[in-house]
Amino acid sequence: MSKVIRIANGQGFWGDSIDAPVKLINDGPIDYLTLDYLAEVTLSIMQRQKLKHPDAGYARDFVELIDRVLPALVSKNIKVISNAGGVNPEACRDALLEIAKAKGIDIKIGIIKGDNIYDNLDKFIEGGVDFKNLETGADFTTVKNKVYSANVYIDSFSIARALNEGAQIVLAGRVSDPGLALGPAIHEFGWKPEQIDLIAAGTLAGHIIECGAQCTGGNYSRWHEVEDLVNVGYPIIEMKNNGEFVITKHDSTGGLVNRQTVSEQILYEMGDPTHYISPDVCVDFTSFDLVDLGNDRVQLSNVKGFEATSTYKVSISYFAGYKASGQLTISGPNALIKAQLVANLIWTRLENAGCVYEDKLTEFLGISSCHGDINKTPDQVNEVVLRLGVKDSDKENVNRFGKEIAPVITNGPPGVTGFAGGRPKAQEIVAYWPTLIPKNLIMTDVDVN
Amino acid sequence: MKIKLQEIAHARSGDKGPNSNVGLIFRHPEVYNWANKHITSTLVKSHFGSLVRGEVKRYEMNNLWALNFILADSLGGGGSESLLNDAQGKTHGQALLLMEVDLPENLRALINE
Repeated sequence: MSKVIRIANGQGFWGDSIDAPVKLINDGPIDYLTLDYLAEVTLSIMQRQKLKHPDAGYARDFVELIDRVLPALVSKNIKVISNAGGVNPEACRDALLEIAKAKGIDIKIGIIKGDNIYDNLDKFIEGGVDFKNLETGADFTTVKNKVYSANVYIDSFSIARALNEGAQIVLAGRVSDPGLALGPAIHEFGWKPEQIDLIAAGTLAGHIIECGAQCTGGNYSRWHEVEDLVNVGYPIIEMKNNGEFVITKHDSTGGLVNRQTVSEQILYEMGDPTHYISPDVCVDFTSFDLVDLGNDRVQLSNVKGFEATSTYKVSISYFAGYKASGQLTISGPNALIKAQLVANLIWTRLENAGCVYEDKLTEFLGISSCHGDINKTPDQVNEVVLRLGVKDSDKENVNRFGKEIAPVITNGPPGVTGFAGGRPKAQEIVAYWPTLIPKNLIMTDVDVN
Repeated sequence: MKIKLQEIAHARSGDKGPNSNVGLIFRHPEVYNWANKHITSTLVKSHFGSLVRGEVKRYEMNNLWALNFILADSLGGGGSESLLNDAQGKTHGQALLLMEVDLPENLRALINE
């Protein structure tokens, strides 16, 4: 029988269940545990933390997790691959080594370098990179002075290299999300970049598990058919060296893995399914076969890919002004009509005070905030949550909006409540600027202690 | 017979920059074959009304009995820039499942199967 490796995902985003990775380690066999902590704008928060404190700039949650599970990881020889290093994988490793030392454990931690190009933007621009916005085509000079962070989605072979050098924990910054699972498969089976269909299979597998329980019964259309969501099992890939794999979960856990839970997740955040572009390969998501084997096991095979592009995607974040939003609950007879009146009072009073905004928004939660006018509004509703928001480059103008909400509780219609948490305050908008850079300009490096 | 898509399909949605995508997955290949001919991007655009400011683009995935719809400019800017309650289009899938369609007689046995 050919070798099968078990690659699990215990964290789909920063803020996901803190117990899920612990259960994956304790409730059954796994070889690799992947943990994703980075959303597109998370790195901007980390970059600013690092500017204030040179030792910050990574996911502290990850360090707390390793503190909980390190002895079990070592005794079971489970390897961990995470992007928790953020913009400071060195400091993250130091924090982990300190924990290991206190426990008397000797551990090898590999860090992956080369994704953070924040300090090199000028050099690249001088060298002819235009960093034009991938979606809008806009000129980078319009935002260049407001950049918070700039990171390249680097390839997964660097993860495999760190594992080849004996790392038990691999700490990356910005690598592709599917790469966290593809890296271990490359390492175990010795897959080469030119074995395109195998790299495509590993990328598809990584894509399916990268959002944690979203392929094991979470966020599922037939939610009423999912048993024991309380103890939902997080996903596990059983990968073979020929690129054929099964998506499953630990036996003792709740949730559901079937044709539909996996298919739903395959389509999550999907663009053109024939061209799923990663740093390692382009995958054709219309190519493969999917078979529901029953017993929470779904098999995928015959994945086809194309050669990777000559560029890496770059995720740049920049300051884009201020926003604030506030809400009130309006109840009783004619709740919706009263909510419309409250909105009108607030906007007109702001206008009379000379406040004009670049953008503003009125939403009626419980009526139309998610689905617009797709559903007919019932004649009477018990209560409505009014949600108002503004956006502007002037911070004080945004804060002025926050002061206009509470007064309507006493000087507006009756039945208004739910003003909690004080006046809404201006928050910085960190916007996302997707762009590309030629691969040959990026040098990646691996450093295992 | 008029039915809602929720009786014959699954959906999942999320954000792609300022756009959202909705994956619409059918439970039976025969229903998918029918839907592939009838659930056009024009129909989906009209269902979403003012929620989608841009165009709707459609992709077929025969291997999954699925259609993928890209709803352009449907997130009020998208991501951290949007003021919307659902800034990431997480609920757009549920919205599409509310769409009414006229399912032919020979496929009715597959409703909620």
